[in-house]
Amino acid sequence: MISLLLILIPLLTGLTAFFIRNEKTVRSWVLFSTVITLAVSILGLTVLKEEKYLQYQADWLPALGSSFYVKLDGMGQLLCLLTAVSYPIIFIATWNTSYKKAHNFFALMLLAQVGLMGVFLAMDALLFYFFWELALIPMYFLCSQWGGERRIQVTFKFFIYTFVGSLLMLIGIIYLQSKTADHSFSINLFYELQTQLSGKTQSCLFWLFFIAFAIKMPIFPLHTWQPDTYEQAPTATTMVLSGVMVKMGLLGLIRWLLPVLSVGAYQWSDIIPPMALIGLIYASLIAIRQDNIKRLIAYSSIAHIGLMCAAAFSVNIYGMQGVIIQMFSHGINIIGLWIAVEIIERRYAVVQLSGLGGLAQKAPALTIFFVIIALANIALPLTNAFVGEFLMFNGIIQINSNFYVWFVVMAGMGIILSAVYTLNMIRKIFYGKAVSVGNAIDISFNEKLALGVIVILIFVLGVYPQPMLDMSHGFSDGIINKVNIIHYTGRQ
Amino acid sequence: MNALILSAVLGVVMMFSGIVFKDKKTIRLVGIGGMIALLVVNMLEMGGTVFFNVDAKGMIVFDRFALLFDTIAILSALFYLLLSARDMEKVGINYSEYLALIFFILCGITLTSSFRSLLILFLGIEIISIPLYILTGSDKKNLKSNEAGLKYFLLGAFSTGLMLMGMALVYGAQGSFETTKINLWSGTPSPLLIAGMILLLFSMSFKVSVAPFHFWTPDVYDGAPTVFTSFMATIVKAAVFIAFIRLFDEAFGQLQPKWQLLVAILIAATLFIGNITAVFQQSVKRMLAYSSIAQAGFMMFSIFAMNSDAKEGLLLYVTAYSLATIGIFAVLIKMKDYTFEGFNGLAKSQPLLAATTTIFLLSLAGIPLTAGFLSKFYMLKASLTTGNNLWLVIFAVLMAAISVYYYFRVIQAMYFKESNEQQQPAEITPAFKWTLVTLSGIILLLGIFPNLLLSWYYF
Repeated sequence: MISLLLILIPLLTGLTAFFIRNEKTVRSWVLFSTVITLAVSILGLTVLKEEKYLQYQADWLPALGSSFYVKLDGMGQLLCLLTAVSYPIIFIATWNTSYKKAHNFFALMLLAQVGLMGVFLAMDALLFYFFWELALIPMYFLCSQWGGERRIQVTFKFFIYTFVGSLLMLIGIIYLQSKTADHSFSINLFYELQTQLSGKTQSCLFWLFFIAFAIKMPIFPLHTWQPDTYEQAPTATTMVLSGVMVKMGLLGLIRWLLPVLSVGAYQWSDIIPPMALIGLIYASLIAIRQDNIKRLIAYSSIAHIGLMCAAAFSVNIYGMQGVIIQMFSHGINIIGLWIAVEIIERRYAVVQLSGLGGLAQKAPALTIFFVIIALANIALPLTNAFVGEFLMFNGIIQINSNFYVWFVVMAGMGIILSAVYTLNMIRKIFYGKAVSVGNAIDISFNEKLALGVIVILIFVLGVYPQPMLDMSHGFSDGIINKVNIIHYTGRQ
Repeated sequence: MNALILSAVLGVVMMFSGIVFKDKKTIRLVGIGGMIALLVVNMLEMGGTVFFNVDAKGMIVFDRFALLFDTIAILSALFYLLLSARDMEKVGINYSEYLALIFFILCGITLTSSFRSLLILFLGIEIISIPLYILTGSDKKNLKSNEAGLKYFLLGAFSTGLMLMGMALVYGAQGSFETTKINLWSGTPSPLLIAGMILLLFSMSFKVSVAPFHFWTPDVYDGAPTVFTSFMATIVKAAVFIAFIRLFDEAFGQLQPKWQLLVAILIAATLFIGNITAVFQQSVKRMLAYSSIAQAGFMMFSIFAMNSDAKEGLLLYVTAYSLATIGIFAVLIKMKDYTFEGFNGLAKSQPLLAATTTIFLLSLAGIPLTAGFLSKFYMLKASLTTGNNLWLVIFAVLMAAISVYYYFRVIQAMYFKESNEQQQPAEITPAFKWTLVTLSGIILLLGIFPNLLLSWYYF
């Protein structure tokens, strides 16, 4: 029931929002909707924890072997919570940004939320694919309608990129479905396939899925759509894209790829993690040279995701839990960064580092918030990202590969480089000589509220990450077991 | 049988209605009323009420497949008339004749969907083709229309010749026109049969504009009056596909290993040529012509796979494709400028038109939640279950990704580009808008619950 509500609330409120012409009303309406969604999601974590509340199954396309099967498992809970938390924060933070045709903007934002929730909840491959695309379509319209100057071409590139990926995934899904016992799309039957498919088939199918997920994450060298899109999209949309949407790729990897095609994944496990880690270093190096704050954050996001992808392939409990926790933390942190960037852009109309400086004197509150979030971004101890990164490092050290030393060295390099560009960014924006920032004023109440919530989450989860560990433990264990059946028997 | 006879009668009625009624509105209402009546009697036949029971000596068999397709075709034709019947007035003075020809074409369609003898197939194809030659050239004062009509007629006659030759060879080999008897052989098939089959494959490919037999399509679709292009590219194409799958299932099912590779090559060529060429078009009408070639490539998958998924899938595909394309053409007719720029800023001046066109385009591109996605899905699924052809399927989805480019160009023009001048589309009535909304509603509904349509196939 909870899982169904998480999809239905944004769907219904989103469709209604199309018809609310008054900008103020529609703003309050969508905020109300997202708060309700958040409440439902928290309810599912605390009061109504039994299985029967968390899953929902209904007939959908019986002839095709597909059913409407949604369920909250450990990773689903964390990611749905992330979606549910980030939406109100985003709406509060951008409360004063006005949009042309606001009702369409907010309605599409909520429809994107439907798609995201659906992807995180779907336990049926066809349903998963439906929601996967459903999340993309509103994004396409959001970015092309309300974005920056080059928005149309950039968004189109993004769309075609992801669409190609998802079509390849569709072939993979249909192929797997034709191999299941009773031609069903249910995830449980997919999990049984790994022992039936030959190694060669699995290693081919692996790429059909992995390309789709790699484009979405994005992983080097399929990342070229991302910096442009983040730069050109309206900031509220960028927050959703970078904070929540990229997690779709990781979720697909962990839930749909590794346990289903574990032999295939094993065969490529000396190729993918280095690819992801090279991407990590490559993106970090580019980030150091960026002058545009938005592009800098975009590249920093590619770097972080690269580390997460590599850690997911470590296939041990530390790495897996680390990734799942980091998905949540990274989402929170990067949304915080975007909020700060949006404030800077709106107040000072500059997004170039060279055009900024000395903001700390004019806007002390913003400085404090920004520095805390930025430090969380480089995973300083006591911040939420530290927990995840620490676990991921643990995972990578124990990775089942002969080259693990190199993986660790590369991942470590990435961390150092991330400190370089983040601290550099802080220095250039907030310290040094004040560049003409005119009538700079500090942040307003709603922005303080949004950033405050993020900072609280950063510290609370950094000091006491136990709830997240508990939530993800059972799930990670299950995935590891499914993957390792093959690995350990195959290796000896 | 109901629809077959009634459509022929209605064709005659429409011819004379031009003499009886002077008012075009009355003629139009008679046409739409006739179409509704046709739909009703066909639905009644699905329910088991047969009005005319002519003994066709087993040459025509109205089974579920045929009846369901007839319903789809008549329903699409009804939507077509509701949306575009007014625009036929602009083509020329012979308004009632145009409607009569459309009913005659429907009569041919009921034959091609239910033939069991090659003679009936030939008859059906010709009954469809000859009115189409006339309709293509019906804009008498337009040189392009004349050229298209002549081109279509010459090439069509040529392919009909091929078809007859193929039938003769098949008859020579098997001694019967009956499809089920043609399929009865054991050991090695006779070379005559194979030669006949290949000629039939080519001539049918010509009729559904599969590459490399597609060269007539862009010119004819572009030259014909847009109202009739709409009809030609949707309902007629769908009908020939139904005949195609019927022929190759019933008559040449045993020969499948012989033609499967050939069909695979045709599919690859069609998808490649259709999609790549569509990218470079500047006129939406011409783009739709190439897109119809590309879509034919996808529909060919059903012939390639030839299993129960393929038949269901083809029914869904022709529905999704016909309804969406009829909708887009109906909007296109209202535009003054057929180029992509002509659509600029449509979302501002006509938000409802733009929104429905977007749904049609999304359906053609195969985005989930639309009928177009599920029909493509059925095609891919059908061909993956027949085995060893992953390369073809991967190629097809890459081509589908290219198709997104040209379909989305229209969406971009409508939503994200400003119009230069006030290009108000002419005379949009509320009825027109509501028909479009219904049409897009059906497409979305079939995209979520395809069983609404497909359950008719079984019950």
